[in-house]
Amino acid sequence: MDNIAYERPASVDEALRLAAQPGSAFIGGGTNLVDLMKGGVARPLRLIDISRLPGREIAQRPDGGLRIGAGMANSDTAQHPLVRERYPLLSRALLSGASPQLRNMATVGGNLMQRTRCPYFYDPGFGACNKREPGSGCAARGGFNRSHAILGTSEACIATHPSDMCVALAALRATVRVRGPQGERSIALADFHRLPGRTPERDTQLAPDELILSVDLPPSRFARHHAYLKVRDRASYAFALVSVAAALDMRDGSVADAALALGGVAHKPWRVPAAEQALVGAPLSDERIAAAGRLLLDGARGMGHNDFKIELARRAIARALADARDRGAAASTA
Amino acid sequence: MSHDLPDRPAPTRRGFLQSAGAATGALTLGAAAPAVHPAPSPPGATAPQAPTAKTARPIALTVNGARHDLLVEPRVTLLDALREHAGLMGTKKGCDRGQCGACTVLVDGRRINSCLALAVMQDGRAITTIEGLGRPEALHPMQAAFIEHDAFQCGYCTPGQICSAVALVEEARAGQASAVTEDLRRPVALDEAEIRERMSGNLCRCGAYPHIVQAVRVVARIAPAA
Repeated sequence: MDNIAYERPASVDEALRLAAQPGSAFIGGGTNLVDLMKGGVARPLRLIDISRLPGREIAQRPDGGLRIGAGMANSDTAQHPLVRERYPLLSRALLSGASPQLRNMATVGGNLMQRTRCPYFYDPGFGACNKREPGSGCAARGGFNRSHAILGTSEACIATHPSDMCVALAALRATVRVRGPQGERSIALADFHRLPGRTPERDTQLAPDELILSVDLPPSRFARHHAYLKVRDRASYAFALVSVAAALDMRDGSVADAALALGGVAHKPWRVPAAEQALVGAPLSDERIAAAGRLLLDGARGMGHNDFKIELARRAIARALADARDRGAAASTA
Repeated sequence: MSHDLPDRPAPTRRGFLQSAGAATGALTLGAAAPAVHPAPSPPGATAPQAPTAKTARPIALTVNGARHDLLVEPRVTLLDALREHAGLMGTKKGCDRGQCGACTVLVDGRRINSCLALAVMQDGRAITTIEGLGRPEALHPMQAAFIEHDAFQCGYCTPGQICSAVALVEEARAGQASAVTEDLRRPVALDEAEIRERMSGNLCRCGAYPHIVQAVRVVARIAPAA
């Protein structure tokens, strides 16, 4: 690893001032950044340690929602009583990611910013990766692309976003609150991550001199009927091939609202509001589930090795929605 | 001839590593040592370089109850600081990329991968390594259970497994849920599926998993309630 400068600012303002210098990178838990630095993929000149800044708490908002500080550890977020009680979908998504040790280190802000695990991005031994070296090409397109995206891809990049947490947050309609030199702004989580297009080197809408302050959740409608289904190559401690965040607001046996998003299939958490709308206004039937799946997977295209993901996602959506309906039902009779 | 040498204790691997660590561990400072940068000047340098944020920084770690004043470059991981600077070889370097769990230690009581933690970021924190859990004559119950249930073969992953398992019992006692917990609103019982999920961050290439699960089950069952 290259030697680096290290700063530990005492305030967000000081952190933002330091970040204005080129080559700066914020470090919270470090689980992704230190790994990337060891591999020579990330080469910051200066680390700005934000792990001791304020922002490591969860607070109720006046509207009944929740504000999760960006510095909260993934584990503490998943275990927080208000999250377990009101946003169990988020707890389950967080708990299905990484390992207990990594969840104790990784922060909510860092989870949002984690980079793809595309093996061609992760290994500088491969010359072609537009995300790592813009303009160099994409080795994954003609390479081993079993884990890669089936939706929203571009000629330049077929990488997936690896987060579980973000899939639940997209379904739960979270927003990301950030601060930069111009002040604060909020970005809908569904818009926070980008599609690769011609500039896959940019993962998110966050500017280099902006810092994530919190993730804000609207009042919960999905405390009961929820499921996070993660399909992967081993039972635990692996990234998703396909994951589904599904939650239903059931009223008198009918779906009043639905939350649905996919992970492991695109450069960002994949949410299609029309697919959620297709579930609303009637009991959850096989026909409705199939319609939602068709809308969510509209335009899906395999790259060869990952063709199986289209059918896998279709089935995972159906199972997650049925699980969400049944889990809440079981809890209510218990 | 070797049999003519005076009597002395036979060298041990651990003793050799510790003395070698002492010989090269010049960056371990006493509490009163000046906070100067001891790295040699590059060849041809005519004047000492002005200290910058890139140079080694003094940090204080409490490791297994003892204070360690270390001088570490920002890129040094906690794992390397423990092994190379503090001379504690019990924590093992496996993959060094956060994928195997061999380097698991407790920081302020929480289990983490020390290979992905920068030492400068742990300044002031309390670290517990396998050396701090028990002594050969007074083993931690988890250490004793690993021996009793034959929960290892080569032993390389074992310090990380044991640190992880000790934290697991504490987490479960505090009511923490896992990905396989059926109902997030109810207390958790540590059955085999729960233990396997909660130990999934520690790989064992010898495949001692069934015995590891057994050892953890036994300790979790006898661990007193909070």
